Amino acid sequence: MMKETVLSCDGISVKYDAGYAVRDVGFSVEAGDCLCIVGENGSGKSTLMKALLGLIPVQGGRVRFDGPKKNEIGYLAQQTVVQKDFPANVTEVVLSGRMGRHGFMPFYSKKDRAAAGEKLRLLNADHLADKSYRDLSGGQQQRVLLARALCATEKMLFLDEPVTGLDPLMSAELYTLLSDLNGKGLTIVMISHDVKSAVRIGNKILHLRTCPLFFGATDDYCRSEAGQTMLEKGRFAAEAHHV
Amino acid sequence: MFELLRELFSFDFIVRALIVGVFVALCAALLGVSLVLKRYSMIGDGLSHVGFGTLAIAMSLGLAPLQVSIPLVLLAAFLLLRISESSKIKGDAAIALISSSALAIGVLVISLTTGLNADVCNYMFGSILAMKMGDLYVSVAAAVVVLVLYILFYNKIFAITFDEQFARATGVRAGLYNMLIAFLTALIIVVGMRMMGAMLISSLIIFPALSSMRAFGSFKRVVICSAVLSVLCFFVGLVVSFVFDAPTGASIVIVNLAAFCLFALVGFVRRRFLLATHGEV
Ligand SMILES: Nc1ncnc2c1ncn2[C@@H]1O[C@H](COP(=O)(O)OP(=O)(O)OP(=O)(O)O)[C@@H](O)[C@H]1O
Ligand SMILES: [Mg+2]
Repeated sequence: MMKETVLSCDGISVKYDAGYAVRDVGFSVEAGDCLCIVGENGSGKSTLMKALLGLIPVQGGRVRFDGPKKNEIGYLAQQTVVQKDFPANVTEVVLSGRMGRHGFMPFYSKKDRAAAGEKLRLLNADHLADKSYRDLSGGQQQRVLLARALCATEKMLFLDEPVTGLDPLMSAELYTLLSDLNGKGLTIVMISHDVKSAVRIGNKILHLRTCPLFFGATDDYCRSEAGQTMLEKGRFAAEAHHV
Repeated sequence: MFELLRELFSFDFIVRALIVGVFVALCAALLGVSLVLKRYSMIGDGLSHVGFGTLAIAMSLGLAPLQVSIPLVLLAAFLLLRISESSKIKGDAAIALISSSALAIGVLVISLTTGLNADVCNYMFGSILAMKMGDLYVSVAAAVVVLVLYILFYNKIFAITFDEQFARATGVRAGLYNMLIAFLTALIIVVGMRMMGAMLISSLIIFPALSSMRAFGSFKRVVICSAVLSVLCFFVGLVVSFVFDAPTGASIVIVNLAAFCLFALVGFVRRRFLLATHGEV
């Protein structure tokens, strides 16, 4: 059975004042895929994701969403800049994930509230529901933002380094949760520095260094030169960490 | 106390001022929460100065002040928002330029035509005597529009205030709602300016939000507290200005300042106390 393509892009480039951050990237995502984007710091991963979401303009090429509409997408940014003393409680934040799909409907329904509660539970953060967001620790805030991202979609999720700041146990749980959701049909595009986990849960890999170094199935990536070096480096780093 | 209130309400102009003031204070406080949190406070300030400029022009041409000011200040709101959104120009510097230019134009127009008379002073620092019956209708209509739109779009306003990037990425039309906030602010500033004064109206937007943020940790509570606090401070300020025969705008600002100090103190004590007892806030 042919799977339908939900996102395709062709030769997209993004330029900042200093020059190209992303150049000539093309790939496609099919329904049910888990695409992991890997690459060094500054290789243009976050920039690419923002361009896909229409948060920054692309210089050339085109991005096409075929399945999910704009408001059926969830997003977790690498950094969410929230004012230090912003008064908002966790429930308000998570619920706001459902605003996009409301169109001009002004208020949240019971279903929205139930969904918010459920996502918080999935991330072991339901005890935080009534706390003020500004009083949470970094990792707790990350969980809340993840819950918000999950709230926003049943179809397609964009995650920029989702495990940043999470403790090892929660990181492992998150990967399990993501592969679970992926198995149930959620399409995921995820940026990760954790190549080992990326090749474990992703069925496609995009390796970026401004231009794409590799795009294709995970198995091919593990055999490719780029993949070998990356995995090798990862193993080396892990060993160094243990010593 | 009762006597005082009865005396107060026996004056028609005070009743008019009270009605307009309650609506304006309420709307200003609601919008203020978003403006302060989005770091748009400067826009409020800039708009009030532009408002003064347009009032001066209207006065010198003998036109109705609100009818001239409202469209012009709305236009200014559009421009100021554009400026503060574009990263190329230094946002607050540009806003400062526009607002001081508008002020200068106003002063120039006035000195070339009517001269710096009592009317002008009223525009700058406010007067409750300025409220005519026509102003009352326009003001209340504008305030009702603001109130209804704010309630309808409350959740969207929260979403774009908290995290505009996420809102945009997930299909909330952030640009539209930013514009809505700027327009509603412009409307309230023009309407409230006659009473509060061009120099003082922005305090009505900023103070209640800042005060409530000290004491509450949820957006909804902050919004509700700001609204209540703002109306309360307005009323107390009005009574104070009546009793001591002091300028209304300034009295209201001073009452707001006192409330802010109180809230800051309460917030500080609460945090301390909770930290000491539970280790959390
Ligand atoms: N707002 C910006 N203005 C100018 N240049 C930028 C901006 N954001 C990123 N860049 C540049 O674009 C390049 C790619 O940045 P990007 O954030 O996409 O990298 P990344 O792959 O996400 O890195 P990391 O792993 O550190 O998150 C970098 O060289 C960076 O200096
Ligand atoms: Mg990044």
